[in-house]
Amino acid sequence: MTDRFNIYRYAAPSAFYPLAGAMVPWFAAAAVLFGLAGLWLGMLVAPTDFQQGEGYRIIFIHVPASWMSMFIYLVMAFWAAIGLAFNTRLSGMMAQALAPTGALMAFLSLWTGALWGKPMWGTWWVWDARLTSELILLFLYIGYMALVAAIDDPRRADKAGGLLLLVGVVNIPIIYFSVKWWNTLHQGASVSLTKSPSMAATMLWGMLLMALCFWMYSIAVALIRVRTIMLERERNTDWVRETLEGDGK
Amino acid sequence: MLRIVTAVVARDLRLAMRRQADIVSALFFFIIVVSLFPLGIGPEPDLLRKLAPGVLWVAALLATMLSLPRLFADDHRDGTLEQLALAPHPLGLVVTGKVIAHWLVSGLPLAVLAPVLGLQFDLSTEALVVLTASILIGTPALSGIGGIGAALTLGLRGGGVLLSLLVLPLYIPVLIFGAGAVDATVSGLGGEAHLSLLAALTLAALGFAPWAAAAALRIALE
Amino acid sequence: MLEADNLECVRGERRLFAGVGFRLEGGELLYLQGRNGAGKTSLLRMLIGLLPPEAGEIRWRGVPIRQAGDDFRAELCYLGHLNAIKEELTPLENLLAAARLADEELSEDEVLDALEQVGLAGREDLACKYLSQGQKRRVALARLVKERRPLWVLDEPFVALDVAAVDWLAGLISAHLQRGGLAVMTTHQAVAIPAGTVRELRLS
Repeated sequence: MTDRFNIYRYAAPSAFYPLAGAMVPWFAAAAVLFGLAGLWLGMLVAPTDFQQGEGYRIIFIHVPASWMSMFIYLVMAFWAAIGLAFNTRLSGMMAQALAPTGALMAFLSLWTGALWGKPMWGTWWVWDARLTSELILLFLYIGYMALVAAIDDPRRADKAGGLLLLVGVVNIPIIYFSVKWWNTLHQGASVSLTKSPSMAATMLWGMLLMALCFWMYSIAVALIRVRTIMLERERNTDWVRETLEGDGK
Repeated sequence: MLRIVTAVVARDLRLAMRRQADIVSALFFFIIVVSLFPLGIGPEPDLLRKLAPGVLWVAALLATMLSLPRLFADDHRDGTLEQLALAPHPLGLVVTGKVIAHWLVSGLPLAVLAPVLGLQFDLSTEALVVLTASILIGTPALSGIGGIGAALTLGLRGGGVLLSLLVLPLYIPVLIFGAGAVDATVSGLGGEAHLSLLAALTLAALGFAPWAAAAALRIALE
Repeated sequence: MLEADNLECVRGERRLFAGVGFRLEGGELLYLQGRNGAGKTSLLRMLIGLLPPEAGEIRWRGVPIRQAGDDFRAELCYLGHLNAIKEELTPLENLLAAARLADEELSEDEVLDALEQVGLAGREDLACKYLSQGQKRRVALARLVKERRPLWVLDEPFVALDVAAVDWLAGLISAHLQRGGLAVMTTHQAVAIPAGTVRELRLS
């Protein structure tokens, strides 16, 4: 296209690599701080639930993980849209760097949901609308990662993966709506995970802190991963050679 | 605009007629999968009646998956796809034609077979009518959405398995409304709401999916 | 009419070429040369708009081909490595279907005439899977007989042809150039094409 974008395309990875490297420790430190504060509030300060006992405390992991899993997919779709519209190389790398973290969050959300479900409902799995949607979200993450891994040419992988993300993001509301509709029709599982009676303020704060912790963690991990992807993809360029030589000394 | 779509449909149908074995094997796959369920779960009519919509619909999804990898792969291998991409009209129209042709040889026969297989599950006449209608209305969406997956996985190693991984989660709404229509009819609620939602899905899929698939094809042809 | 500026091609991790450019006017032929893997086919695919160049621009009648889109493709005829014919269809059906899909008016008589010129008279109703490699190639080349689009892009058109067919094809291309058409082609064989201006571009 125009020259401006070309400059951007070539300059971005080499300029972004050191920037990302400088940002990682800050986000990692923030993740640890928020995590400690959140766990302290959630595990020690927040009152024991009179119905659910101590077991409910898993929501301090479960709810932030669910939020993150959905949010990361949106962020990936955002990068995909940028990448397809402006043909920037960084966007595809960012989407790929975020995918494993998103899948991890979706998996964590499902796993903690199961751990919670066992003492609450006496079963590991209920076909609750939210749990089912989360499972489908995990499938979408896995599909994206499988597609990107199957394509050898990194640029084709970026574009094809980006298109899949956009298709997925259009479909997620439809899937969620249809699963909800299906759930109300078959009234097997009427218990909803989010139907917690009036949340105490400390619980809310604990959850928010944990959400911030997950947020910072995701950013830090994604930045580390995007740096690795950059090195791998651009290993033939001068800036990577210089960077690696600098590190080796 | 319409001319190019009909030209593609005519060509693909002619090709399919020269290769009838493919169509027939996908249909037999559908029949066999559906017939395996009573053997797996036992012959109680009540249970079968309850399972029938889901079983038939899941089998329809799987049968559609069988023919999807070849939607673009043959044209890709012999160079025709390049020529189609170079033709002086939007590639989305070409894909629309191919999706319609795919539905005519895969979805439509399923709808014809469905009532016969529904009889094996002791469905009432009313339920059979709704089942046929739901498959008739829902399968075009399967061909459309599947086209995106087929285009994205064009020429990749293990493309067929990957294709199912990408496409099956996107089929869930069609499955829910399709099987739900029959369920609702059986339980006396009436399946009209489901069928209209299914029709909306199909219209949306046929409107948007070919253009997404066309974009994916351009990526694959680079 | 066809201009390319400062084209750059990167495949996978390798930069195949950079800074490639040329101008081609009506009646002119461009030979692309270079060893295997130099990027000849990639350059052709850029010229027909399938492969976006890493850098640089291609213009047809002064308009970048990305913008021209269908208007550019309506004036383009591409013949690739692959024959783009369907094994299950007969030569006649193949050519008619190809013409319809490319939005060209072509009657059955014209197609039969083209098939006769490429030496396939009497085979027009035989499914292509029963034809030999050379015969299949001729079916693909038969498209060129009635082709009146101004820009021909041909990838190794002389491969798998016997001497008589090579001469015939050279004559066909030369007639196209005399009508004021443009042609870009790659070839390993030295074929003399009697035409006004022949340009050469070597990729290294």
